Amino acid sequence: MFSLDLLFEALIFGILLGGFYAAVSMGLSVSFGLLDVPNVAHPAVMVLGSYITYLVASLGLDPILSGIVLMPVFFFIGVLLYRFYYETFEKRGTEAGVRGLAFFFGVAFIIEIGLILVFGADQRSVSADYIGTSLELGDYRIPYRMLMAFTVAIVLSVALTVYLSKTFTGRAIKAVAQDEPALRLMGANPVRIKQWAFGIATAVSVVAGAMLIVVGPVDPSMDRVYIGRTFCVVVLAGLGSMTGTLVAGLILGVAESIVLMFLGASWAPAVAFGLLLLVLGIRPQGLFGR
Amino acid sequence: MKFWIGAAVFLVVAIGFALSPVNEYFFFAAYVILTAVVLATAWNILGGYAGYVNFGPPAFIGVGAYTAVVLFKAIGAPLVVQILAGAAMGALLGLGVGLLTLRLRGIFFAIATVAVVFIMETLAINWRYVGGATGLQLQRPEVMAPFTSYTRMLFAVMAIMAVVSVAVARYVQGSWIGRGLRALRDSEEAAEANGVPTLKLKLFACVVSGALLAAGGAPMPMYLSFIEPASTFNLAYTVSSLGGAIIGGMSHWGGPIIGALILSTLQQIITVTISGEVNVLIVGVLLVLFVVLAPEGVMGLFKRWLKPS
Repeated sequence: MFSLDLLFEALIFGILLGGFYAAVSMGLSVSFGLLDVPNVAHPAVMVLGSYITYLVASLGLDPILSGIVLMPVFFFIGVLLYRFYYETFEKRGTEAGVRGLAFFFGVAFIIEIGLILVFGADQRSVSADYIGTSLELGDYRIPYRMLMAFTVAIVLSVALTVYLSKTFTGRAIKAVAQDEPALRLMGANPVRIKQWAFGIATAVSVVAGAMLIVVGPVDPSMDRVYIGRTFCVVVLAGLGSMTGTLVAGLILGVAESIVLMFLGASWAPAVAFGLLLLVLGIRPQGLFGR
Repeated sequence: MKFWIGAAVFLVVAIGFALSPVNEYFFFAAYVILTAVVLATAWNILGGYAGYVNFGPPAFIGVGAYTAVVLFKAIGAPLVVQILAGAAMGALLGLGVGLLTLRLRGIFFAIATVAVVFIMETLAINWRYVGGATGLQLQRPEVMAPFTSYTRMLFAVMAIMAVVSVAVARYVQGSWIGRGLRALRDSEEAAEANGVPTLKLKLFACVVSGALLAAGGAPMPMYLSFIEPASTFNLAYTVSSLGGAIIGGMSHWGGPIIGALILSTLQQIITVTISGEVNVLIVGVLLVLFVVLAPEGVMGLFKRWLKPS
């Protein structure tokens, strides 16, 4: 039952979804793509962000606004997390590989189970004017919440791109990613820059978390599927490329939406993981690899 | 020689227990603990010796379990055949994963193995023959002669499998294979330059580790009388197998045994006394604590204690 109408609908939905996927991957694109920190806990931190957003939004604040208000808190969490990771693993050097990964995996697990213990395993959602209504364009109906998420996604990625390429600190972050020893030789402190960058990455994750709960109900174990989606986007983009992240997000969104439409919902979660494996197998440096 | 005497004594005691009139619940819990030993030992062959972090134990466990179910449903295959076939499929998956990820290291390898878990789960969800997302109820066959219940028999089988997997890990560690794996863990380039066949060794570790992980998962459907994708392909297995190896110590075959025994015994106690969620939480907390405070695991703590510097 292939039809062009359906394909067109899948395409529109896929682009909106893709913008959203790009936005939730931005933080990881900085922390893993630029800083080489094996941050498998990124999706878990994001889901934590969703739940804190849920708490703040239940006081009557708009969910997206709640996410933005929470940014400084998560910035601080990110700084602490990186500092801890640096002191215990990066500083010790060589053996960090296995243990650093195990550390972040453990942290992700603790967050997930902690959320189950506090909030229970059922789904949580927020309400706002743009949730539950849709824009009607002829035969097509586009949910406002997807449009909202897409807009925030675009704003976020443009802001990050400008920040990284135009401001002094932004350029310093890119410099750390390119050549850390050189930066050290020039008298800059790479650890402080990385700490700052990780803080920004984490602050971005809480906005991503807010979008996550706007787009649909959230449950504590949602981070598992998002390990696939976020890493797929970041690896497909080529580590650390913000424009690439947006493009890769759109590719994943469209692919997933087409599979969703023509094969059914039970196949959709595998799309991100399949694409991820494909990229890792064929072109590990991604589309816009450095 | 001491190892084999110890293994023989362990097996005699375990099977003796299985034939004695001890409370059935003991075997129910002991089976889980022994499975944890198998999984941690198997994970350590690739993760500990070669330094490749496999986040995909659930994929292998699931392949073992589903192979067992398919054989059982199609031809009523006996348990031994189910386990052997599961191990064979696990070895194949290990080979596949190894080949696909030849160029990948560190986090890229780890993330690729997570992807394998979810792809396998999706396949299982969409496979009607084995019950799809809702799963399949299984009718256990008659128990074999000397045992009085199926759980007792499974416990004895798992005891044998624990001995086999530890023996394999011990052999790998002591042979030139183990030395090669350690060399490639420390520096793949240096190892390759010195004539270590890194590629073959890595594939070998993937295959052996995969086969043992799958074998450890194969009897699970019979243990639960049930199979279902979400709990079979659960990342909690990743945390427990990697946690067992890291908490015990990754450089010696004894480490994963100690780690898995501590972890899963603790989990069994907490499941009974507190709750199912807290028992998973404790694994995560212990894992992080050990990784940060005692990177060499319990074995490392002992070494430090024996040789005060």
